[in-house]
Amino acid sequence: MTAEQIIFLIVGAVTLISGLMVVTVRNLIHAALWLVATLFGVAILYTLLNASFLAVVQVVVYIGAIAILFIFAVMLTRRQSAETGASVNTNWWMGALMAVLTFAGLAYLLQSWSGFSKQASAIPSGFDAINQLGDALTSPAGFVLPFEVASVLLLAALVGAVYLAFTKK
Amino acid sequence: MNFWNDPLKVAADWLTGILVGWGMNDVFAHVLVVFVGIFVLILILMVIDILLVWIERKVVARFQDRIGPNRLGPFGLIQPFADIIKLLIKEDTTPDGADKVVYNLAPMLSMMSVLILWAVVPLAPVMLGVDLNTGLLFVIAAGSIGTLSIIMAGWSSNNKFSTIGAFRQVAMMISFEVPMLAVMLIPTIFAGSMGMNAIIQSQDIWFFWLSPLAALIFLIAAIAELGRSPFDLSEGESELVAGFNVEYSGMKFGMFYAGELLHAFTFGGFWGILFFGGYRFFGLEQVSPIFGILIILTKALIGYWVIMWVKYTMMRIRIDQMLAFNWKFLTPVAFALVMVTALMNALLRGADSWLYITGMFLSNVIVGWVSLEIVRSIGKKEREKVEGLKPIAEAHH
Repeated sequence: MTAEQIIFLIVGAVTLISGLMVVTVRNLIHAALWLVATLFGVAILYTLLNASFLAVVQVVVYIGAIAILFIFAVMLTRRQSAETGASVNTNWWMGALMAVLTFAGLAYLLQSWSGFSKQASAIPSGFDAINQLGDALTSPAGFVLPFEVASVLLLAALVGAVYLAFTKK
Repeated sequence: MNFWNDPLKVAADWLTGILVGWGMNDVFAHVLVVFVGIFVLILILMVIDILLVWIERKVVARFQDRIGPNRLGPFGLIQPFADIIKLLIKEDTTPDGADKVVYNLAPMLSMMSVLILWAVVPLAPVMLGVDLNTGLLFVIAAGSIGTLSIIMAGWSSNNKFSTIGAFRQVAMMISFEVPMLAVMLIPTIFAGSMGMNAIIQSQDIWFFWLSPLAALIFLIAAIAELGRSPFDLSEGESELVAGFNVEYSGMKFGMFYAGELLHAFTFGGFWGILFFGGYRFFGLEQVSPIFGILIILTKALIGYWVIMWVKYTMMRIRIDQMLAFNWKFLTPVAFALVMVTALMNALLRGADSWLYITGMFLSNVIVGWVSLEIVRSIGKKEREKVEGLKPIAEAHH
């Protein structure tokens, strides 16, 4: 086993365990903090894949914004962050089933891909992934249209949020 | 490669040689040497941190017309060590109903979010942890870990004051991240890279002269990110006792405090790296990396001094003023500046360097002037509205 594989196994296990803790812990703030740990694990996986830009964006967006927003929402809406009593619905087995089915579907799809069992080829020196990504997102031959459509969608959501929060004077 | 030209590599090779000579595996020896390097860097940073306490106290004393620590050792230099002994032997209290694990984790994360920044700080052309091509984004990502540590501290203390303080601090940090990230794009436009080393290498002329407004906005956003005065409303002593860290005692409080000082020093360093040429100073860094380290530490200290200067001469602002200032003034100006800079860069790229510099400088002056004029006219309108209202007592007569 190479060092990379050992790191991958450790990080994968930690990510999975924290993901499990997110859905089983009764204290909502603890669940949010476990979610942060899960997202961190995913960021490390991106780093192992040499996707440093995605790794950093994962931390900035998911931990710096979304997880913080979750914690804010929990702190502002509840006096007791620990759940006591029975859970609101008993559909946990349905959720577990969906998770297993999704995993099985993804595993099946990946297995039919030709590169599934191959070793990743080494990245040539001087290869700048961030430049490639920027070119792909902004060149007409690349993904400029989906990128712009997504931006407009986000802008529309932003305007909607401002409209909802705006009080008429 | 001798010691004078690349001390880090020479030291690492020497240590690896010894370890391999003892019969250690090559890869394992390399990993161990890297760990030793990280440990030494953190050790040096912590020693600097101790001295920063002394510097901070001396400087604030001068600003307030006092002398500062002067009893222990020459110029009171032993005072911070005595402070540390005091912090270490203090009783370690945990409030009733506190969430123990989160409560103890928060100070560590706070310190970690600062130390991790030094992974991308280039001390000299050949002395840096990693030359990430996403260096600037890494800084923002480390800041979000700091945000997390503060909200953890505030919530787990089981104290209303700390929760309110954490709310304020986090609201401020996630707000000022926006103009900071926008302004960081300006050195990126000039250098064509987000890597710290590339940004420094392309500063044949300091980026401060190309974009003084960006340097100013970065400094303001950095001060807000640090939660220092005038943005220290999260620890407003008159309302919140001490804010998010009110329940912490002994060395756990010390971690927050030392983390804040080192954070200020680090952001002084980033200010120097992004706008004042980092380790470059008239080619002196080419002579030896040792000069590079001295130059960048001096620049960081000057940046830190400016941050202290602002802290000890400005009053605290209210939370609504802080939010309005960020979202209605700083963020639009930062975005406008990025757009203007990108446009000017596209127009002037092929031009002479003096034309490029003059054009950039003038466009900054114009953006700053126009935005100040807009703010002035809005302020005038608001004042007229208030002057038009009659006081209630007068209206009754």
